[in-house]
Amino acid sequence: MTQHTLLTIQPLGDSAVTITLGQGIHPEVHQKVKGLSRALEEQPFDGMIETVPSYNKLTVYYSPFEVYRSQSATLGTTAFEMVTKYIQCISETIHETAAAKGRLIELPVLYGGYAGPDLAFVAQHNGLSIEEVIDIHANGEYLVYMIGFAPGFPFLGGMDEKIATPRKETPRTAIPAGSVGIAGMQTGVYPLKTPGGWQIIGHTPTPLFLPELSPPSYLQAGDRVKFRPVTEIEYKQLKKVTS
Amino acid sequence: MTILVLDGGLLTTVQDLGRNGSQKFGVIVSGAMDTYSTRIANLLVGNQQDEAVLEITLVGTKLEFEKDTVISLTGADLQAKLNEETIAMWRPVTVKKGDILTCGFAIEGCRAYLALAGGVDVPVVMGSKSTYMAAGIGGFEGRPLQQGDCVSTGSCQTDTEEMINRIIHRSTPATWSVPASSLIKLHKNQTIRFLRGSEYDAFAEESRKAFITESYTLTPQSNRMGVRLEGPPVQLKEKLELLSEGVTYGTIQIPPNGKPIVLMADRQTTGGYPKIGQVITADLSSLAQCKPGDSVQFIEVTLEDAEAELLRKEKLIEEIQIGIKQKMLDT
Repeated sequence: MTQHTLLTIQPLGDSAVTITLGQGIHPEVHQKVKGLSRALEEQPFDGMIETVPSYNKLTVYYSPFEVYRSQSATLGTTAFEMVTKYIQCISETIHETAAAKGRLIELPVLYGGYAGPDLAFVAQHNGLSIEEVIDIHANGEYLVYMIGFAPGFPFLGGMDEKIATPRKETPRTAIPAGSVGIAGMQTGVYPLKTPGGWQIIGHTPTPLFLPELSPPSYLQAGDRVKFRPVTEIEYKQLKKVTS
Repeated sequence: MTILVLDGGLLTTVQDLGRNGSQKFGVIVSGAMDTYSTRIANLLVGNQQDEAVLEITLVGTKLEFEKDTVISLTGADLQAKLNEETIAMWRPVTVKKGDILTCGFAIEGCRAYLALAGGVDVPVVMGSKSTYMAAGIGGFEGRPLQQGDCVSTGSCQTDTEEMINRIIHRSTPATWSVPASSLIKLHKNQTIRFLRGSEYDAFAEESRKAFITESYTLTPQSNRMGVRLEGPPVQLKEKLELLSEGVTYGTIQIPPNGKPIVLMADRQTTGGYPKIGQVITADLSSLAQCKPGDSVQFIEVTLEDAEAELLRKEKLIEEIQIGIKQKMLDT
């Protein structure tokens, strides 16, 4: 069965297009985004540079010059038309079944204490105990909708509203790499030391950005993530292994 | 051969045409801000167009060459001198061991590009030599050049080396230069062409009008991430909540304060602000040459015009490439 997706393709300037595959933050919409990005990566058109998936859209980057040089003029008169036709054609060949479920990745987390200085605040803000916050956070299964903001930084969906907490009023100037945080309805992990306003509830020793590896990001859009609470002893052992 | 950095200036980084293919992992593209000047600089010393160069920003960089070689300087006019002599731009220039290149203040443009015969010998990280400062990777140790650094050049292909040797040993220096004015503009008041962005219609009528009739001034906060503009605020008709999505070089975002930001080479891969427009690719190099205090006037064009302009400039570069080859053979 073909995936009768109603997609709209809009130019993002003269060298990229934005394809909208649905509305809002939903696993089903994201499945379509991933399906199309996979299809385009397996069968790129000449002149295609790369794709970037987000919640409900896929951005495709290309060189109009290369597209012109290699595509048959029957596809259209502008590079944008040629690219649009190609993407429409390929989207019709995508089958629902081809969109496999992403990998399940477990991230060990030391919650609270020096590793998560804002855990107590998150508990207090939501009228919960510290243990309840850890329990709720670690029992969720999160979908990686996109990687952005910083290299390897996952935008995760699926956090329980019960632990939602607004960002800090004054952002910290430096948050250590590996910090696990909450911002509103989102949760995420900082792959690099960066300034940021998220409430930090824990720390994972698993590095998320590995510039010397291919791919350089441990997580990818479409992966599912679970957080596993660890003791300080286990955390220190894991840290030794990964550093 | 190596180059000794006597002064890193305000900001001097190793850049090529960017780190493509890893944006989906949150890895930014980086690369030279003014790609046309970069490509021409490389052609002038016999390199591939996408070889790494040194991007020199506004003021102060000072370098010493430790071997005879051929260099070229393109882009902004930083009143650069080779020893005591003003250096000719947009042409191959022979330098001798011990020569010192000193950059003064920018009198035209913002960024100069120094290409070295053989390129810059730094590791290729994720397919590029560009400096990714925020992550501390690529380029020269992932950071801007500073005093005491020794930058190595790469090795030339054999035929290029022969040509370079001929240039070094010939009696009269080159008297020709590449006419760059049809590729990039270095004016203080730039006309920048744009295409409508995906949220164009969500902006108030008077804001859309102001955006194309008034001029906008670059603030001192402008950098390799984004050109930040001051001018009549651009307002939405009503509040708009958007999800983050892929953005690109030249995306014109409007944050809640109404002051446009044009995303440049070191932009993040995704963004969530409404987009009023997108600077056409053919005008990005000119925009990259604007410095704080300069102003831009936006003009709307069609997608067909944007593509045609891009193709025109690509053709021009092909012609320049042929012309340079011819000139070099003549010597």
